[in-house]
Amino acid sequence: MPDSTVTAISPVWALAGATALGLLVVLAAVLDGLLGARATGAAGSTGLRRPLAEATRLLRQRRRTTVAADRLLWRVGGAGLVVVALMMVTVVPLGEWTLLDLDVGVMWFNAMDVIVWALVWLTGWGANSANSLVGGYRFLAHGLGYELPLMFALVAPAVAASSLNVGDVAAAQNRVWFVAWMPVAFAVYCLGVVAFSVWGPFSPALGGDIAGGVRAELSGVDRLLFDGGRYALLAAGAAFAVPMFLGGGSGPLLPSEVWVVLKTASLLGVFVWLRRKLPAVRPDVFMELGWMVLLPAVLLQDLVVAVVVVWRG
Amino acid sequence: MVVDVAFWVLSVLAVLGGAAVFYVDSMARATYALALSFIAVGLVALLLQQNYVGVVTILMMVMEMAVMAVYMVMFMGMNPALMPMSMVHGKRMAMAAAGGVFALLASGILLVDWPSRRGAPAGDVTMALGEELMGPKMLAMAVVSPVMVATIVAGVVLAAHRTRYDRMGDDLRRRPADDPQPGGVGR
Repeated sequence: MPDSTVTAISPVWALAGATALGLLVVLAAVLDGLLGARATGAAGSTGLRRPLAEATRLLRQRRRTTVAADRLLWRVGGAGLVVVALMMVTVVPLGEWTLLDLDVGVMWFNAMDVIVWALVWLTGWGANSANSLVGGYRFLAHGLGYELPLMFALVAPAVAASSLNVGDVAAAQNRVWFVAWMPVAFAVYCLGVVAFSVWGPFSPALGGDIAGGVRAELSGVDRLLFDGGRYALLAAGAAFAVPMFLGGGSGPLLPSEVWVVLKTASLLGVFVWLRRKLPAVRPDVFMELGWMVLLPAVLLQDLVVAVVVVWRG
Repeated sequence: MVVDVAFWVLSVLAVLGGAAVFYVDSMARATYALALSFIAVGLVALLLQQNYVGVVTILMMVMEMAVMAVYMVMFMGMNPALMPMSMVHGKRMAMAAAGGVFALLASGILLVDWPSRRGAPAGDVTMALGEELMGPKMLAMAVVSPVMVATIVAGVVLAAHRTRYDRMGDDLRRRPADDPQPGGVGR
């Protein structure tokens, strides 16, 4: 990419990026605590305190050990989610600044979200416990349903912008945001983000009916990292939606950096709120839904986008 | 300098990861040792500034390893991931074959009179690769992909326990099909 629309900044700023992602995680956790308190009729202040209380409780908790656990793979799986989320946000431009101005940034994001498959399954497998393994396989079954629609949803903005560079995709929306004329791709993308964060309707992998599933044997700091990683993935997915579908940093009055953060936080808020609004989707049912409904729908969306792009010349 | 070090570290990692596949005693470790090896190869491609090829390698290979875990429960009676097992069989034969092939290829490398380079690489190698695949070789690609899909489907059908007669009755007229899992769109 010779003339890029964004400027790569010094890697030292990665610390600031990680801090920003951390703040978004705290924001999402607090919001979830508040919504949870409201759902159970508890006072709002208990919900506000809950993320911090839970984090401190987990930090002090003793680690649970299981017989013949594959500790290496178990830990890699549990701690990996946060790392993947951090890698995802490296390609998200904040206004005109980006940490990694990769010419194939869209593919990069896609590769990272595929790594989540491996990590969640490894977390389920590593504990050497039947319930966690069942959870791991539930996630893979969901994955088989959501991943291909998600991939083809990412194709639409890239085709419209004729680029896989995230900054170029954002710049191509200076007149109309992509969400306006590719709503199906946006909806499927959001569904994919919720799914790879094992969140809300896609949480049967952590279901109470299998004693917590993937999380069944996770305790202490491992559990904190896993749950923090889920929030981080949700936040990274919301952040990536901004340059892909929501016009990047474009917006009136405020500087573009602020708009990116505002849009990210709003979408993240919607994702968190959805958790209590949608029923859980059973993996076996969703598999067919993904292949029979979502995949054709998003392929049609890609076709429409491709025709429009060719027609415009 | 940094690039050189990274190249060699990743190359060694790729080879060791590949070797670990046969050394470890667990299916999950073997699977993800292979994934690690491929990730290292993808990162080497990134170092060579083949960004698309590098990232796609990582994407496809990690996904493939996860799908391998699905095949593990689909076609192996017990869940083999949970118990230690040897990752090799027919050891002596395999060792001999591997050693022979290695010797053959290595001697080939050393003995062949390598030609000097003709022409220069394209400016954008990914673009050149895409044009090559989608242009003159399009027919071959268009034939290869259905054949590959047919092979996969045929493999699954042959390995599957249930046939269409189990699903739709002896006269294949039963609708909806009798499946252990109901499916999601009410067919």
